[in-house]
Amino acid sequence: MAVLPMKRVLIAGLRKNRKQMLELLQRQGVMEISIRKPGETATDPVFTLTDTTGIRATFEKSITLAGQSLAVLDAVSPPENAGGGLFSGRERMSLTDYETNTKKRDRIMDMVYEIQSLNKRRLEIAAEIPKTESQLEAIAPWMEFSHPLDFTGTKSTRTFLGALPNDVPEEAIREGIGNDAAAVDIVSHSGEQTCIAVTCLKKDAEAVEEALRRMSFARPAVSGDVPAKQKEALSVKLERLAGEDEELKKKIAAFAPRRDEIRFIADYFRLRSDKYEVIGSLEQTDRVFIVRGYVAARDAANLEELLTTRFDCVVEFSDPAPDEEAPVALSNNGYAAPVEGVIASYAMPAKGEIDPTFLASIFYYFLFGMMLSDAAYGLIMVVGVAVVLAKNKDSIEPGMRKTLKMFQYAGIGTMFWGVMFGAYFGDLPQVIMRTFFHTEIGSLALWCEPTLQPMTVLGVAFIIGIIHIFVGMGALAYTDIKQGKVMDAVYDVGFWYLLLVGAIGILLNTDMVGGMFGLHLNLPASVILVFEILAGIGAVGVVLFGGRDSSNWGLRIGKGLYALYGISSYLSDILSYSRLLALGLATGVISSVFNSMAAMVAAPPVIGPILFTLIVVVGHVLNLAINALGAYVHTNRLEYVEFFGKFYNGGGKPFEPFTENTKHYRVSE
Amino acid sequence: MSDLGLFFAILGAALAALVAGAGSAKGVGMAGQAAAGVVTDQPDMFGRVLILQLLPGTQGIYGLLIAFVAMNNLGIIGGQPANISLLKGLAYLGACLPMAIVGYISAINQAKAAVASIALVSKRPDQFGKSMLFPAMVETYAIFALLISILAISGVGAIQ
Repeated sequence: MAVLPMKRVLIAGLRKNRKQMLELLQRQGVMEISIRKPGETATDPVFTLTDTTGIRATFEKSITLAGQSLAVLDAVSPPENAGGGLFSGRERMSLTDYETNTKKRDRIMDMVYEIQSLNKRRLEIAAEIPKTESQLEAIAPWMEFSHPLDFTGTKSTRTFLGALPNDVPEEAIREGIGNDAAAVDIVSHSGEQTCIAVTCLKKDAEAVEEALRRMSFARPAVSGDVPAKQKEALSVKLERLAGEDEELKKKIAAFAPRRDEIRFIADYFRLRSDKYEVIGSLEQTDRVFIVRGYVAARDAANLEELLTTRFDCVVEFSDPAPDEEAPVALSNNGYAAPVEGVIASYAMPAKGEIDPTFLASIFYYFLFGMMLSDAAYGLIMVVGVAVVLAKNKDSIEPGMRKTLKMFQYAGIGTMFWGVMFGAYFGDLPQVIMRTFFHTEIGSLALWCEPTLQPMTVLGVAFIIGIIHIFVGMGALAYTDIKQGKVMDAVYDVGFWYLLLVGAIGILLNTDMVGGMFGLHLNLPASVILVFEILAGIGAVGVVLFGGRDSSNWGLRIGKGLYALYGISSYLSDILSYSRLLALGLATGVISSVFNSMAAMVAAPPVIGPILFTLIVVVGHVLNLAINALGAYVHTNRLEYVEFFGKFYNGGGKPFEPFTENTKHYRVSE
Repeated sequence: MSDLGLFFAILGAALAALVAGAGSAKGVGMAGQAAAGVVTDQPDMFGRVLILQLLPGTQGIYGLLIAFVAMNNLGIIGGQPANISLLKGLAYLGACLPMAIVGYISAINQAKAAVASIALVSKRPDQFGKSMLFPAMVETYAIFALLISILAISGVGAIQ
């Protein structure tokens, strides 16, 4: 439960060792290197800075090209383990393999370019095929015409080729032309158009053309050679294109055995690009370079030993200045660490704040469990994660591992509450016994069923909420005391504790609130008096000290009264925990909906039980998915809003070590 | 008159499923359009935007849940419809209304927040955790409505 202490580190090494040293740092991945911002200059005129943006741009281009080639190759010849590796992380690669592959980089890039150019031709073909097909389509109505399409007539005749809209009979065309000497050939006709060839004497040509124009005659979209010949040529072209495409596909697919090399080269350039970003931030002389950054204190000694035994260099550590915003990394025990991802996606602790991971984890699994609350669902989560972790135990990435662990522990919470509420796939045991064995087995709940006693569970949900909120306030007091602001802890937390405890005590004794939960405490007047005194002291304290940053007493009391009004926000915070009951009910009731639906069709022999099983399986998979999502989202909400809202702001800069930011391989020594 | 009581009770159950379901249908559709737009350019975002798309879908489920609880209480499902008074029928109707109305409005507004969150995730994939929270804030009110509807239905069931 802690924010890792950080050390500033300065490493001075020899230029000739720069490559090896930086690559060692990159593989170790324990040091965050301070990256120079644009425009920043060296700390001393002795040093020069190198501009690496140009070379990085070429690396980035190679990364893009390799990525595109890989996508092309994957599309033509899909990798064998597609989709199977959802949870498996990057493959390990030994340093020797890495170095062997590095020597092949030019040949690999040749392959990348080759795939690119093959694919470029495929794209051209992909554009040409529909073009050719539409030409074929355009020529189809003219297939019966035995002359070239640019035929205009003989020495003394004119021929007009074209189409009239709609299906026009020959007589109508003749009538429209109004010239007995003109010959009308209908080449083809369909509902949309009539393709015709009109031949007339040259001297009548103008009149005929005019008549045709009145009938909305349009010249054909195609021209050139005899249609039949054109069709043959186009068909041959299509075949040739399709054949060429097949050839290209085969050529690309032939690279499939070398797919890993492309993956490697993408990673290789990623590593180099990152390294050159660092090189661009180094202060250098002709012989020496200096790299600055941060390292977790626990890794400092190791790093120093590793560097100084292999290279001639100086490694210096110093503590960050008191006002310095050092990057933040978290370190927690096995129980709490899985929740670190939840903290990180809210915000890392700012300077002086505590790491909330452990406190959040105490409640996380418990709250999640209460919202999902089904022993069978919990078991599925626990076993499912165990199987996935066992299958990928070598390659899984630490972040994914933590997330899965979190769901596994949340699964244990779910099992706990499932047993409490007697939910095993909802009421499936009861439904099976009733439907197939005609026996009533009653409730399996260890404590109570939320559908039967919602008010009891609601009361417990509120109590859990109050504890959660009180722990959050306690964490604020702890942070204040740690920062030496003891009185702030008293004013902002102590008085509120008194006020809230007193108010809850008084409320529970009233008929309205107590009666709602079936409590009739009838506390003795002396106990009530104690509660009233606690609430009174708390309220007065809040009013007097809630606005203590104002020196004007009038303003201060005003602000204090406003602070007291904040009690309404505590009320709404506590009511917010009613979602623990509501989402628990949702899981249970939807389960029983599916179970009842299954029971309705279970009567016929053989087919009945099959349908029953089918509905139960599909229904519960759906219910688990949707309610696990709901439980996850709303557990986060309770932690972020109700809990963190009391003591935690965050805003620290996460620790981002210089590391292998690759996609496919992880190089290790 | 007793038939009229049953009529209003079933009307309530139907409204809960219908109105809340319509809201969710609209909401999930809105978020789905935004999600599909993101996946066009960034196919690897599919998992994240799908979760955001699903968030406004819960109201429909809550509505279904209320309808089911109400119909179960009424004996419509797998039993003999209960003979209930007009007052009790109207009480059932009233009990279903929070889920129906709040479900509809919250689903659509949650979808608006989800659409914005999808845009956020498409630009800042690392902010997925926070992006989920904005739509979830809206859902709080659907959960409250669900709770009140459930409590009210079980309360009405006890009325003679």
